[in-house]
Amino acid sequence: MKIKDIQDQIVEEFDIFDSWMDKYEYLIELGKSVPVIDDSNKIEENIIKGCQSKVWLHAEKNNGLIEFYADSDAIITKGIISLLIRTFSNQKPEDIINASLDFIDKIGLRQHLSPNRANGLNNMIKKIKFYAIAFSKTN
Amino acid sequence: MASIFKMNVLNNIESIRKEFPILNTTVNGNKLIYLDNAATSQTPNCVIDSISNYYKNLNSNIHRGVHTLSQLATEKYEDTRKKFKTHFNAKSSSEIIFTAGTTHSINLVSSGFNEFLSKEDEIIVSQLEHHSNIVPWQMLCEKTGAKMKVIPMNSNGELDLIAFSNLLSSKTKIVFVNHVSNALGTVNNIKEIIDKSHSVGAAVLIDGAQAVPHFRVDVTELDVDFYVCSAHKFCGPTGVGILYGKKEWLDKLPAYQGGGEMIDEVTFEKTTYSDLPNKFEAGTPNIAGVIASGVALDYINEIGLENIKEYEDYLLQYATEKLLEIDGLKIFGESINKTSVISFNIKDIHPYDIGSLIDNLGIAVRTGHHCAQPIMDFFKIPGTIRVSFCFYNTTDEIDTLVNALKKASTMLS
Repeated sequence: MKIKDIQDQIVEEFDIFDSWMDKYEYLIELGKSVPVIDDSNKIEENIIKGCQSKVWLHAEKNNGLIEFYADSDAIITKGIISLLIRTFSNQKPEDIINASLDFIDKIGLRQHLSPNRANGLNNMIKKIKFYAIAFSKTN
Repeated sequence: MASIFKMNVLNNIESIRKEFPILNTTVNGNKLIYLDNAATSQTPNCVIDSISNYYKNLNSNIHRGVHTLSQLATEKYEDTRKKFKTHFNAKSSSEIIFTAGTTHSINLVSSGFNEFLSKEDEIIVSQLEHHSNIVPWQMLCEKTGAKMKVIPMNSNGELDLIAFSNLLSSKTKIVFVNHVSNALGTVNNIKEIIDKSHSVGAAVLIDGAQAVPHFRVDVTELDVDFYVCSAHKFCGPTGVGILYGKKEWLDKLPAYQGGGEMIDEVTFEKTTYSDLPNKFEAGTPNIAGVIASGVALDYINEIGLENIKEYEDYLLQYATEKLLEIDGLKIFGESINKTSVISFNIKDIHPYDIGSLIDNLGIAVRTGHHCAQPIMDFFKIPGTIRVSFCFYNTTDEIDTLVNALKKASTMLS
């Protein structure tokens, strides 16, 4: 599925919730239930430091597509990560490089990506793009 | 503690709150409940008006001008210096230096100690410090080769002063400790630290940023060498710090920043420097901010620091009891001598998650390491949720906080 279509799907899912509380409950469920990074990959090199919560990110390239694995020690961050993984994983490097990320804003969780939050998410998104650039140069 | 019926601040709480316009703001559709006062306090109308009035009626550069506005502005600025001299019971106004904040003040002093330290020397920090009272000194050690020793803390969030005595020696040149821990609220026994340090000939700098808003500080009684604080912690504007230094120390320290105001005579061959306090006030200061800081000081003295302390102790006790009713809540920093700060976590829930959820209810708390990573490392936690009260907070706000925390905890468990 294309990155844009996945993001539209996510926005549709969140549209059914009226209150911020329901959105967060859904996000918390996503954060709890989606399996992400393997423990063996929770190593120092894969840590993206945020002031508040830690994020681990690992990437592999298979058959021309990049697979991302990630985790966080904060549940809300983890919930957003699950949506980012859903958006960017199993995509071609050039599609990731060219993608714009707008679903976070549209589902009303923009403050979590604010640079002030220093929760590692901004740096994680940068690193996803860097991985895509790096993998685009490999066979 | 006095009966709540006799509590001065409590009896006047509504009229006090009306002085702070921001307390009527809504955040995310809810009335703001501001519980992050250790980060910065809110600003009363008199301070806001002072800044506005300065720029409308008084704005002029100080100390050098011959015209009326300049002289009026200079008078107000220097009157503010006298206010702080009186408030802290310093011997002279020239021992009061205005800086940009506590961090700036600490950097000013630590940079000066570059002249006095060598690799044979030692300096002592505590495990409870804010990073602003650690990093400048680490930089100093890197430049001079001096060694830094650390006063350990215990699980109550207090300093081990017996261990401190064992760290002191004739090699110790300066000890720097906070009066009150920003992360935990612990009030340290700085008089003992000062006396013991002086007995080996070491100077002492006390970071009073979290103390000055809550109780009276007498630098002469303490016999402290340097005492620093920030105006924005006691209802003043941001960008203003007050550095007290004993005259003999400020005379010894070299100038920190060069420029106008701090000079006597300038030629390309040689420049001589001003006397105190101007020696440490290079450039055009934050004139409006300094004058407004004096207004803030007057304001809290009008309410009365004893009254403020009494009420904040009441809020601390009330909040502690209510918070401990929450299932799985653990408080960090359980010294019997605390200011109105409570750091806690709920079960294994990450503080960021709780803080994010209650933000949606308009509740402002601080989460994370609070620029005190050594404390978090001691407790082996990523951070805490910190609530910090001021004299305009209420028990109703605490009740709303507790209900919000219970809801957040249920959602996140």
